[in-house]
Amino acid sequence: MTAIPRLLRVYLALMILFALTAGFAYLPLGRFNVVVALAIAAAKATLIGMDFMELRTEKRLTWLFAGAGLFWLAILFTLSLSDYATRGWLPWGSRFGP
Amino acid sequence: MPDLAHQFQDLEQQRTADTLGMWAFLATEMMLFGAMFLGYTVYRWHYPRAFYLGAQRTDMVLGSLNTALLLTSSLSMALGVHFQRARHFGRVALCLGVTALLGAGFLALKLLEYWHHYQEGLAPGLNFHFPGPEASQVALFFVFYFVMTGLHAVHMTIGLGLVGFQTARAYRAESRLMPVTLTGLYWHFVDVIWVFLYPLFYLGGRS
Repeated sequence: MTAIPRLLRVYLALMILFALTAGFAYLPLGRFNVVVALAIAAAKATLIGMDFMELRTEKRLTWLFAGAGLFWLAILFTLSLSDYATRGWLPWGSRFGP
Repeated sequence: MPDLAHQFQDLEQQRTADTLGMWAFLATEMMLFGAMFLGYTVYRWHYPRAFYLGAQRTDMVLGSLNTALLLTSSLSMALGVHFQRARHFGRVALCLGVTALLGAGFLALKLLEYWHHYQEGLAPGLNFHFPGPEASQVALFFVFYFVMTGLHAVHMTIGLGLVGFQTARAYRAESRLMPVTLTGLYWHFVDVIWVFLYPLFYLGGRS
């Protein structure tokens, strides 16, 4: 029955991260607000995935399946943003839109 | 061995196959939501001010309350899976019942929020009024808001049905380990989606 204290600790950590992210949102950090918010969201997602979804004790094969989702997500974002995020870099400028 | 379906040789083989199948499904769900997160990212990149103005108009109190409800529901879901492993059906029914109640509370607050937005004139296509030159871009923010939180709410509704079904089975001491575990995986995944929706739609306009 050691699993229950562990789950409770994870829950406590999640609620602390939640309080942190809600608090940080009110600090004027400029563009770093979203960086902090997403970093905390990633930490929460990692905790939920590792402990509530039990990836921590899963086989590597399961990690491969879960990782495949993240990998394709990375392809989607990298290739798309390599276009949209770099259009302004062109010397003759570029307008957003079709 | 009531937990073992007839097509499997042993429980471990069944567990691995079921878990892999669920994760394959969740990977497709990542793609579904991922495309929307990408769309949000691209438009926020180009209209940062409109997305800031839009995020100021979402309801921080209800959004935060919903975040707390979902995180707590994930804890009770994880506890339910734990008790199912020990076949303590009464506790499984209790934990899953709490999960379902918290999920229903989430949906109720979400609908209340939607109603408020509609009344405030922030529902694109139905009733949208926003002062200033950025109105159409703020409308775009709210399209993303309604579509993404709406699709999340659809997933919550499906999850609620699954959890409710498993609660009833646990109440009759008929629940089995893998269905409860897989329902849990789905529930936690929907929670993770909210973990990312919350900063993007609620926290962006507070500073």
